[in-house]
Amino acid sequence: MKLTGAEIIIKTLLDEGVDTIFGYPGGTVIDIYNALYDYQDQIRHIRPSHEQGGVHAADGYARSTGKTGVCIATSGPGATNTITGIATAFMDSIPLVCITGNVASHLIGKDAFQEIDIYGVTMSVTKHNFMVSDVAELQDTIRNAFSIANSGRKAPVLIDIQKNVMQSMYEYEPKPSLPLAENPEFEKSEIEKLADYINKADKPIIYAGGGINSSNASTELRELMNKANIPAVNTIMTIGVLGPLDQLNLGMVGMHGKNSSNLAIENSDLVIALGTRFSDRVALNTNHFAPDAKIIQVDIDASEMNKNVIVDYAVVGDVKEVLTELLPLIDANKRQAWLEQIAELQKDDYQAPCCDKQIKPHQLISYVVNQLGEDLIVVTDVGQHQMWTAQCCARTKPRTFLTSGGLGTMGFGFGAAIGAKVGNPDKPVVLFTGDGSFTMNMNELKTAVDFNVKTTTIILNNHTLGMVRQWQNLLYNKRFSQTDINHSFDYVKLAEAFGAKGYSCKTVDEFKAAFADSQKQDGPVIIEVLIDQDELVLPMIPAGGTVEDIIME
Amino acid sequence: MKKMRVLSILVKNNAGTLTRVAGLFARRGYNIDTLTVSATKDHRFSKITLTAELDDIMLGQLMSQTAKLQEVVSIEELFDHNSVLREILLVKVAVTHECRSKLIEIANVYKGVVVDLSRESMIIELTGKPQKIDAFINVIDNFNIVNFCRTGVTAVQRG
Repeated sequence: MKLTGAEIIIKTLLDEGVDTIFGYPGGTVIDIYNALYDYQDQIRHIRPSHEQGGVHAADGYARSTGKTGVCIATSGPGATNTITGIATAFMDSIPLVCITGNVASHLIGKDAFQEIDIYGVTMSVTKHNFMVSDVAELQDTIRNAFSIANSGRKAPVLIDIQKNVMQSMYEYEPKPSLPLAENPEFEKSEIEKLADYINKADKPIIYAGGGINSSNASTELRELMNKANIPAVNTIMTIGVLGPLDQLNLGMVGMHGKNSSNLAIENSDLVIALGTRFSDRVALNTNHFAPDAKIIQVDIDASEMNKNVIVDYAVVGDVKEVLTELLPLIDANKRQAWLEQIAELQKDDYQAPCCDKQIKPHQLISYVVNQLGEDLIVVTDVGQHQMWTAQCCARTKPRTFLTSGGLGTMGFGFGAAIGAKVGNPDKPVVLFTGDGSFTMNMNELKTAVDFNVKTTTIILNNHTLGMVRQWQNLLYNKRFSQTDINHSFDYVKLAEAFGAKGYSCKTVDEFKAAFADSQKQDGPVIIEVLIDQDELVLPMIPAGGTVEDIIME
Repeated sequence: MKKMRVLSILVKNNAGTLTRVAGLFARRGYNIDTLTVSATKDHRFSKITLTAELDDIMLGQLMSQTAKLQEVVSIEELFDHNSVLREILLVKVAVTHECRSKLIEIANVYKGVVVDLSRESMIIELTGKPQKIDAFINVIDNFNIVNFCRTGVTAVQRG
């Protein structure tokens, strides 16, 4: 049957199993929306306040469900507004398909109204992108985009479609999804070598990254840890994959990780890096990372080998497939001395102070996650609140902690929380944010109200850009340049103006009452919580430092 | 240790592919010394040949990063001992009556060809390995070189 390009887009998205789109109409995508009009019962469309929020929502949807996030934006400013969202997903290897409209073919390159070369602009923040100027290529391009986004290391893919393509007629027949590209193959001998490193090690430590999440390998990871008593540290991307119930999990490693996690790496004789990339927030000083250890690495992306840290041995492969082959070759081992040494190290870990009256971030976050249980999806923005939440959100299931790890995008949270709730309507979703991050994209509160997306936003308000202030405090002689936010902002009125319910709390009791009431509401709520401006995220290893430079008070 | 590497990259012949490869080099902080793009027997593919100063770690990184691009079919390093590497030089030299024959004599030694001759200048064309081109330019350095242009290396594996 012959359909318009716009209808082919919608039909092909349905063929790919898409039932949710985050998009914003505009001149060059009006045909897509015209086609969508007939499929409103099959596709739920969420219109954000701003395209950036829409991409973050698609991203939160993808992170929390494991599906591909889909977003639509118009040409020009609509397309450029997606860039931060796409880059956020790219840095954290999240599969997205972003469709942008562009001006008609005869106007391309003429600086037409709302024309921008989004194909050129997004080359470096996508795994691949397409420019479609021929309707004959449309269906297969969309199918290909889904395959690329989900093959190997997952990532966003952008398809820029010229307006006349959407209006042209072309033959359409339903086609199944394209198969994913084969994962890299590895030899038995490579697995044997990995096993040999592990079996011979006295003090091994697993350094587990976001690849475990992408590969759904948390079960295999636990089996490896338990079979041979290998302790593990997690990155911020692995929260929920490993949690507080895993006795062998020491907790988060890196700049704001636990002292014991960093010391365990420092004292180990073998680092087993799984699906992780030795970022500068973990391997803060690459010349001094695990100085006495051999390092072995498994990653699906060959270019992660020897990128930041030179490793002794690496296998390129899907971490779940590698661990499945590896497990039978691993010797059971008590590793008593090593585990005792680690237990000693843990005794000196930083303990966040508690207080009955004044609200302490750790106490507050722990209270909320305890109230809402293990299905709660925790979302963060970026800054101090992000680190506090990472330190004590105690997630025990994969895909229940969503944060912008690689790009560190302030303003990520509200959109991501909306996407998470849309994808998981039966699970509670709480966004922990700061006053800086919240105000960056608070316009999405309107989206949550419009589409009745029930999210709880808890704003830890310290009237400052806390993480930058912390660096100014500790590293820049307390020269608090441009970080304090001294306006008197009424979050309760703000919530009401948007049609949401707002609360403001100064004490622990006030918060508990507000939180209890907030959970009875049907729509989105925001709770402002006043905290001290001088609260620090501890411990902290300054950028480029080693565990010897750790700041504990 | 850094040394000159010759990389041969087979890519899909699509608009923007060269930008992807060159852009990747730029954003990963690697400087390309020479780059040529040409058609292949199969019109669906093009061959990019480039040279860059890289150590072993940088080379490994760059090859695996490049291989990740969807439009890259294959990438391999070519070596002097197993490949024919060639480059073309066009050099324009200002000449006087006295020095003209000396320059032609040197060009002949390098199997260079005079492709343009006027009262004031001549253009010599020379094909050879990059090292031979370097050597020739070095030898004629004391002549009055107006300008020169090199194509960059193109290469095919032997055997």
